[in-house]
Amino acid sequence: MSSRPALPAGPATDDPRALLPAIEPDRQITDWGRSERVEGLLDATLYDFLYHLWFRCEVEGIENVPATGGALLVSNHAGALPPDAAMITKAIREEHPRPRALHWTVEHFFKGYPGLAMLVNKIGGVPAHPANVHRLLDDEQQLVLVFPEGRKGSEKLYKDRYRLRRFGRGGFVEAAMRARAPIVPIAVLGAEEAMPTFAQIGLLQRVTKLIYFPVTPLFPHLGLLGVAYLPAKFRIRFLEPIPTDQWGERPWDDTGLVQTVAEDIRARIQEELVDLVSHRRSVWLG
Amino acid sequence: MTSRRVLVTGISTLWGGRLAQAIERDPGVEAIIGVSHDDPACELERTEFVRVGLHHALLRRIVHAADIDTVIDTRLVVDSLHASARDAHEANVIGTMNILAACGGPDSPVRKFVFKSSAHYYGCERDDPAFFTESMRRPHPPRTRLESDIVEAEKAVEGFARRNAAVTVTVLRFANALGPGIDTTHTRLFALPAVPCILGFDPRYQFIYEDDLVGALGFAVEHDLPGVYNAAGDGVLAFSEVCSLLGRPPAPILPPWGTSLSAAALRRLGLHIPPQVLNQLRYGRGVDNRALKGAGYGYGFTSREAVLRHAEAQRAKPLLEADGGYRYEREVEEFLRWSPNVRRRGTV
Repeated sequence: MSSRPALPAGPATDDPRALLPAIEPDRQITDWGRSERVEGLLDATLYDFLYHLWFRCEVEGIENVPATGGALLVSNHAGALPPDAAMITKAIREEHPRPRALHWTVEHFFKGYPGLAMLVNKIGGVPAHPANVHRLLDDEQQLVLVFPEGRKGSEKLYKDRYRLRRFGRGGFVEAAMRARAPIVPIAVLGAEEAMPTFAQIGLLQRVTKLIYFPVTPLFPHLGLLGVAYLPAKFRIRFLEPIPTDQWGERPWDDTGLVQTVAEDIRARIQEELVDLVSHRRSVWLG
Repeated sequence: MTSRRVLVTGISTLWGGRLAQAIERDPGVEAIIGVSHDDPACELERTEFVRVGLHHALLRRIVHAADIDTVIDTRLVVDSLHASARDAHEANVIGTMNILAACGGPDSPVRKFVFKSSAHYYGCERDDPAFFTESMRRPHPPRTRLESDIVEAEKAVEGFARRNAAVTVTVLRFANALGPGIDTTHTRLFALPAVPCILGFDPRYQFIYEDDLVGALGFAVEHDLPGVYNAAGDGVLAFSEVCSLLGRPPAPILPPWGTSLSAAALRRLGLHIPPQVLNQLRYGRGVDNRALKGAGYGYGFTSREAVLRHAEAQRAKPLLEADGGYRYEREVEEFLRWSPNVRRRGTV
């Protein structure tokens, strides 16, 4: 199965972007499964409420998100049911002079879990496959948000808040390099306190087949009410973009460089988080 | 290379028959021979039908005797609807091997081989990319019998291409086909008053309309396209979108856990959903169709248009069914082809 095909792949076309399917105006769902209707409804109700009233999001450095072209947004990830993706999406929609749609990568787990599988790609989630990220960044010139910590970020306990986990294997840097898309690091403050995890119950995780089964202030003892967030004050800081076309041809072959860049980005976000936490007088009032 | 003497296998399939009809219209083609174990499904004018199984010695004699330069293999079984697992295995693995054996060798007149394959080659898994490109491999070994047969058949074609460098080998991997003449598990599900699906899943689906299915095969005959190409209409639809285009509600009658058990129960009630379709109903599949577009083929229909046209044809079907349609009658066809009393139209 792993051998290279003896048949050559089709002829390389001049511009793969020109061959992308045309937009069909009658459709309300994109080829990625994103639904304007579902997302619009959620945006006008829940996101709007959370963004303006509940989390009272404050945004800095929105100009660091490019107005055109593909860009990879990289953020820290926290909270048992992380609200950061939705709030970053909303921040760009609300504050950016040229609001752009945003896709965020999710674990393959979501595609396989009933219910979540239906919902997640409707609201902008895309399975975290390198080919998906490349198509979005390079061919479709879109914004992609990744959480390199992945579930290691969202399953970590409250005592470890604002301590970034390992940044995967640097796959996100490689994806950005291949697409020659800039990387915009983001530091999000507040998600850790919005739904802190105090413990993980391994047995219930296995029974429910979820990726983890957390104990939060409201979950599982309040059942479905447990998905409610605590009203922590949110601050989202977009940092200066890092161009990825500065290292010459095929920089992704240099695994050392990829790791170094990934580590640098992690260090920058961590530094900003320390700064944000130290300037915060109250978790709830900011 | 221009094809002059063409052999179409699987002439009894709708696309095999319609492809032969299309080739018949090309005056540059001298001879068209269609082989199959079953009767042709379409009315053919000058295509000669030879009833033959998948015996390589017989096929080889036909290929050599008729000096065939182009073989189009459209007979791959891609749906468990019409063949049992054993028959499908026989046709897909042994049949492909025999046809390749009939076309290969240093003294073979064959210069072009077009193979109709299926996007089932990629399977449907949780950790699939959203769009498979031709160079991608499936993330896990095939889990269903049909899929592993298709993978094995393609492997045989790949080996054939390697050994016969002088032959242009094209493999077309087709998405699920729709159209008035298409009869698959999916078209049967779409014809039910409510479309069965798995609770909690809304998979992504891509389709190719039957005209494009025939068109893409014909394009590969006309042009030299060595390599593998995905063939699927533009646009990937959500299952719920497909249902609304068909004007039928989705019916989540299959539970997310224990799906195959419930499918087995449904089978007892007469609704057969094979495992590869269950995988598709859970995870869905999209393919990147840009390589074939880049090679110059222009699709006539997007996935959405395919579903809409299919739905139109479905609604008209009860009215047209009284017609009866085409039936192959050997004596009539032989009279039309060979009798000196038949006045020939056109160049032939």
